Amino acid sequence: MTNQKYQLVCGMEVHAELKTNSKMFCGCKNDPFHAEKPNIYTCPVCLGLPGALPVANKQAIEWTIKLGLALGCKINLFSKFDRKHYFYPDLPKGYQISQYDLPFCYDGKIETELGTVRIHRIHLEEDTGKLLHKTVNGEQVSLIDFNRSSVPLIEIVTEPDITTAAHAAAYGKQLRKILQYLDIANCDMEQGGMRLEANVSLRPVGETELPNYKTEIKNINSFRFLEQAIDFEIDRQAELLANNQIVSQETRGWNSVKQVTYSQRSKEDAEDYRYFPDPDIPPIRFTEEQIAAIRETIPELPSAIATRWQQEYGIEPNMIEQIIVNTTVSRQYDKLFTNAKNEGISVASLLKNILSKKVPSPLEAGAEQTLLQFKELQKTDVVDDTQLIAIVNKVLTENPDISAKYFSGQKQVIGFVMGQILRELPKKSDPAQVREAIITQLEATK
Amino acid sequence: MKDLIKLANLPISDEQAKSLESAFSETLEVFKNLTDLDISQTEPTNQVTGQENVLREDKIDEDRMLTQSQALQSAKHTHEGFFVVPRLIDEK
Amino acid sequence: MKNNLHKLTLKKALAQIQSGETTAKKIYADCFSQIEAGNKDLNVFLSTNSPTSMKQFENPETTLQNCPIAVKDNICIENEVTTAASTVLEDYKPAYSATLIDNLKLHGGAVIGKTNLDAWAHGSSTETSQFGRTLNPRNPKYLPGGSSGGSAAAVAADMCTAAIGTETAGSIRQPASWCGVVGLKPTYGRVSRYGVIAMASSTDSPGPITKTVEDAAIMLACLAGHDSKDGTTTNQAVPDYVSLLQKSISGLKIGIMYQDIPGLKIANPYVLAAAKVLESLGAKVELVNALDPKYAVSVYTIVQRAEVSSNLARFDGIRFGNDRSYFGDEARRRILLGTHTLRKGYAEKYYQVAQKTRTLFIEDFSRLFSSYDVLISPTSPSFAEPIGASEDSVMFGELADMLLEPSSIAGLPGISVPCFHDEKTNLYLGLNIMAPAWREDLVLQVAHAYEINTDWNSWRKDNND
Repeated sequence: MTNQKYQLVCGMEVHAELKTNSKMFCGCKNDPFHAEKPNIYTCPVCLGLPGALPVANKQAIEWTIKLGLALGCKINLFSKFDRKHYFYPDLPKGYQISQYDLPFCYDGKIETELGTVRIHRIHLEEDTGKLLHKTVNGEQVSLIDFNRSSVPLIEIVTEPDITTAAHAAAYGKQLRKILQYLDIANCDMEQGGMRLEANVSLRPVGETELPNYKTEIKNINSFRFLEQAIDFEIDRQAELLANNQIVSQETRGWNSVKQVTYSQRSKEDAEDYRYFPDPDIPPIRFTEEQIAAIRETIPELPSAIATRWQQEYGIEPNMIEQIIVNTTVSRQYDKLFTNAKNEGISVASLLKNILSKKVPSPLEAGAEQTLLQFKELQKTDVVDDTQLIAIVNKVLTENPDISAKYFSGQKQVIGFVMGQILRELPKKSDPAQVREAIITQLEATK
Repeated sequence: MKDLIKLANLPISDEQAKSLESAFSETLEVFKNLTDLDISQTEPTNQVTGQENVLREDKIDEDRMLTQSQALQSAKHTHEGFFVVPRLIDEK
Repeated sequence: MKNNLHKLTLKKALAQIQSGETTAKKIYADCFSQIEAGNKDLNVFLSTNSPTSMKQFENPETTLQNCPIAVKDNICIENEVTTAASTVLEDYKPAYSATLIDNLKLHGGAVIGKTNLDAWAHGSSTETSQFGRTLNPRNPKYLPGGSSGGSAAAVAADMCTAAIGTETAGSIRQPASWCGVVGLKPTYGRVSRYGVIAMASSTDSPGPITKTVEDAAIMLACLAGHDSKDGTTTNQAVPDYVSLLQKSISGLKIGIMYQDIPGLKIANPYVLAAAKVLESLGAKVELVNALDPKYAVSVYTIVQRAEVSSNLARFDGIRFGNDRSYFGDEARRRILLGTHTLRKGYAEKYYQVAQKTRTLFIEDFSRLFSSYDVLISPTSPSFAEPIGASEDSVMFGELADMLLEPSSIAGLPGISVPCFHDEKTNLYLGLNIMAPAWREDLVLQVAHAYEINTDWNSWRKDNND
């Protein structure tokens, strides 16, 4: 929905859990979603016990750089971790180890079909524990599970370049695709493996200055909800502004049942996190060579593959969408397509058959088998000439007006005849052969 | 002072807060001497070791992981493997 | 020396166990009797391990051969009550042990008990402990110093063969000075902090408190080393401190600091006297100019209290311990001030200014150490203070440690050795000897040379050294 008077000014913050083996600052198993019980993947460090100390996960840092490079970001060769202080029961140390003024990556961009979105920064931090609200022995309580505490979390912040709700969803989807493609995050949104936040404000159409407020919509875990929430906010804010009312600077949540955003916390006074560099973690310094080495590990990205396949094989984008899942899969398809092209087979047709399950995918059967089965499918049976002529004549006799129509110029009657005949013949008859037979017979009756 | 007490998450009564105020300002007075020195060309020291890039490999450390009962052993309120706090109204 | 086994130095105890003259069991029992006799009045230990609780005493292949060691109660030992002298942790039993405890046990140290401290290590008197103050065994009308007051007192009272403390700025050296014992603060990063309840993360340094300098060398060799669980520990190999001890100090250049600082009238003359002794042993001694330590008080107070406010944020009573209402007054003061210096609008004025000024001190020491091998100063401006001295002072701890804060914020090693004994009060003054980072060997050499060429050490006669 676009508003006529006001224009959306929207930026997004996305958090994604990295799929490292171990946690960000300790060696505990990183698998909170599949843990059978609460608090079984903890240690003194991620539980925040007195005296415990953090040591950073190298893989998580390298993957953060990898994402930054894939999104065209600049990399801070010198970086550090900072303590971000706030009190909440799911934050065991009373501070979260995050990054403040020297994030690993900054100034990049993502292309979507609805427009470019610039990336402001990408940084690395640790996740918190998880809260469950229940009633125990008649009392309302919150239960805390620290299996998720200190799992590596990458945070991607955009510039306020998003212009519509659909644009926001397109951005989110593209980002998720890249994260999955780089094989650094699963982005299971239902479990909270990827969390979306949108900063929404409006300004009169035509104005270029940034609005002096923003509303933060938090904890959205689906792209559908994201679009709905943003659209709702646009309407809500537009109405307030139209009536000369102020839109409060606050945090809002999305109620998917009532289909409304609701106020959660006033952000008039932004939280004072009292950031300072974490003394327990020495800073990180990369060399250009190390960055180049990480850059080498980035596979050909989905958008590049899609462009290439469109140009080379003429495949429709929506079909490509369905098969660009990860590097392994696309490599298999690449191999298949190359072989197909070499044998003169239409790649588009091949893919169509794979997607409609008429032919197995190369992942199941291997490129060779897939091609073989496709060729089988395309094979046509040669029909016995005598049999064919007999059937053609039969149909022509049953439909005497065909001959007249044909000679009067209505060549399309052949199609009708074809249909009749093909019904009488075995399934895989060669249409070209049949057509030739019909014309021959017709000409013969002239 | 009230905001500070809240920020520091300390349960202090208003009377106690009053008695802490003078100590507070007295301490801040001492810090004034820092303006004597010229630090215009100086970088802050966050790490005296001078070390950098102290990182760990992405391996699971079984030795350090605690069992559920070890993790919960010092908590006063637990329930079926969870830590328990009174219901939180303010969602983060 | 049968029932004076408690008076043995660590070195002597090891020699006697080795030769069969005595056993670790007997030494442990004798020290424990000292505890039973004196702990009620002096309040040195918060918890003890009786001899009967010890599972084994024979550990002949180890360095420490099960000699009884006292450990400051801010160091975690698995499943043993560790309180940091605060009621917040009054029944807390950690689920893990500090790396330095693992190292200690690996080398055969037997923990005889956990010693009292200023609560959370906040102080220089042991009066802020929420379990009562410790008294100075040399003269119970006086304080032992702090925050490792309990560990220093345990050594002074022969309730152990050696002890372990921690220093954030002065907390090993100052109580060692007030109790007339030896206290060694290693370079920051020399001994692992993993499992040490954090006070100021950027300066906390665990280290030995002992009867002699040689004992300190033996202990440091057992505690020091790289720890993969503590990212601030060094990869540098641990030198053989004991064998390096005997090296002559002839030719070393020694700088005397702070002779021009007001308020040191009592202690400074004894530092000059000590310098003369070192000169007679072949060292070259000179007065030096240094950045005024009063600035270090500001730097240290700000940085330390900021880090304290951060490190104490995890004590919310949810996963362990009691809630934040249990914090004592000193802890509250420090948390509030620390929080304030990090706040928006104030951090630039306080925290950042302090961290920059810290660099000035590091540069000042660099300058000095380019011309001198070792620097000396008084450890403390004066003798131990009487009971109650810390009560009305807002910044007692930080002011008392003024002379030690510069080397602490720079992460440098330092040792305090007794350099005067007042026979009337039975109290001591300490000499602070500092060296560049990782040069504990120098600090120990000079301290050892001084100790064996003077009469201030109260154990030397008994141990026939």
